[in-house]
Amino acid sequence: MSDHVEEIQPGDAIVPGKPVTVNRYGPLARLNHWVTATSLILLAISGLALFWPGLFFLTGLFGGGQNTRAFHPWIGVLLFVSFFVFFFQLWRANLPSRVDIVWLSRIRDVLGGHEERLPELGKYNAGQKFIFWAMTGLILLLIVSGIGIWDQYFAGYFSITARRIAVLVHSIAAVLIICVFILHVYAAIWTRGTLRAMTRGTVTGGWAWRHHRKWLRELAGQRKTRPAK
Amino acid sequence: MIDSPRTAVSNPPTQSMISNLGPGDLVRRSATERLPPPERQLTPVAKLIDVSKCIGCKACQSACVEWNDTTPAIGENVGVYTNPHDLTENMFTLMRFTEWVNPETDNLEWLIRKDGCMHCADPGCLKACPAPGAIVQYSNGIVDFIHENCIGCGYCIKGCPFNIPRISKTDRRAYKCTLCSDRVAVGQGPACAKACPTQAIVFGTKEDMKKHAAGRIEDLKSRGYDKAGLYDPPGVGGTHVMYVLHHNDKPGIYADLPENPRISPLVQSWKGVTKYIGLAAMGLMAVGSVVHGVFARPNRVSEEEERHAEDLVEGRPVPPPPPGQPR
Repeated sequence: MSDHVEEIQPGDAIVPGKPVTVNRYGPLARLNHWVTATSLILLAISGLALFWPGLFFLTGLFGGGQNTRAFHPWIGVLLFVSFFVFFFQLWRANLPSRVDIVWLSRIRDVLGGHEERLPELGKYNAGQKFIFWAMTGLILLLIVSGIGIWDQYFAGYFSITARRIAVLVHSIAAVLIICVFILHVYAAIWTRGTLRAMTRGTVTGGWAWRHHRKWLRELAGQRKTRPAK
Repeated sequence: MIDSPRTAVSNPPTQSMISNLGPGDLVRRSATERLPPPERQLTPVAKLIDVSKCIGCKACQSACVEWNDTTPAIGENVGVYTNPHDLTENMFTLMRFTEWVNPETDNLEWLIRKDGCMHCADPGCLKACPAPGAIVQYSNGIVDFIHENCIGCGYCIKGCPFNIPRISKTDRRAYKCTLCSDRVAVGQGPACAKACPTQAIVFGTKEDMKKHAAGRIEDLKSRGYDKAGLYDPPGVGGTHVMYVLHHNDKPGIYADLPENPRISPLVQSWKGVTKYIGLAAMGLMAVGSVVHGVFARPNRVSEEEERHAEDLVEGRPVPPPPPGQPR
């Protein structure tokens, strides 16, 4: 279970100094993240506008209902492509490991911020891994069901019953991904010092020590065995 | 002037008239939660199609094309009478021809059903529509598409139990039979009913049409069609386009006319429980985050932790990992 988890990913490195910083995401990963994030927000806005009559006015942001209907699926394609590049950058570090079960069993300590009671963690904790796999699964579900209701190009390929199933699946998956998105954004804000991992690409050494100590120790160990060039 | 026309056969008056069907006559409006109640109740109208009187001349189709000024593409003959092959955004009504061998008599029966919007009392298209005011229902029972509000999403197609609406490939808006709402508004019956040479299509108040149908059914029964009956399916609350069928026990033989049409449970749950539970879930998630953010202290990194990291990087002693921790 744990043997395949890649705790250190290409590009992860310690930068000594005061404070110590650690490179967590390279430029390409950050670019993918923000393309995905922007698409997801645009998709949520345009999707909710067509899901809830009270929010239909949001179609104005896209230049009206017809444009919203036309743009939404294309933004979905962009998100799908961008996310799956991102997916292949991250998936090895998001494989489940035994320590995740311990982390999950102490979820109260997680929410209370008592990190000293939690085991030392690699690059990702179980919550982050959950977000990763939930996003992966839901995006797959959304792109497949989305093609099923993309009548402009695919109406001829699916029966009406199939399209009814697709629209129901699409709306449920969309609700779930918005919930996961809220969780993801909130966790990043609540855990101070996290956002910079996706802006500057680095975190402080103290952040890594507090939240992902095993990852930090392994990075430090790597520095000892292979001195800086 | 009477509120709803009583027949399709009368000729129009020579002087111009103002429309007797306006926003104040709406009983339902798509994606609109608080619609003011209608200012008056119009007499419900209906079109009755007696398939046993239909001779398959397609005058109704021609009249429909003529009145609605649509231009269906010239088709291709594939050896069936049905032309065009399906309803399109330019063909709101279509005679569907079925050759059916009656197993009881071993006779070949040529069934002709004029397909088109049924004007359901409980319209699935309107329920599914996300665009405010793109689909409306008048108090006389007519379900109409207001094209300037249509966004072309195709949800009406998913909502419709009869597979009627079609999206135009040129302007990406949905089209279907309007029951000639623009004619009804000025006291005229639908163009198809007016054109029908055998009066297989008649138009009037829904009550009158039911009475007329009863007489036709009695006649058919006396001629040996003991299963003759009126198709006014209760699953969609009844319809404002009804059929007299000589085999009312098997509507499916008439080019797959649904036996018991209703709004699909998939559509019901998409537009019902999914919407409400979904919104509640997203709301709870957001509220939960805010509450946690207000009441829980931010998860901050301490000075001590920064020092430990520096010590670790500089090779100075740091607290060791706890023993026996799972990887």
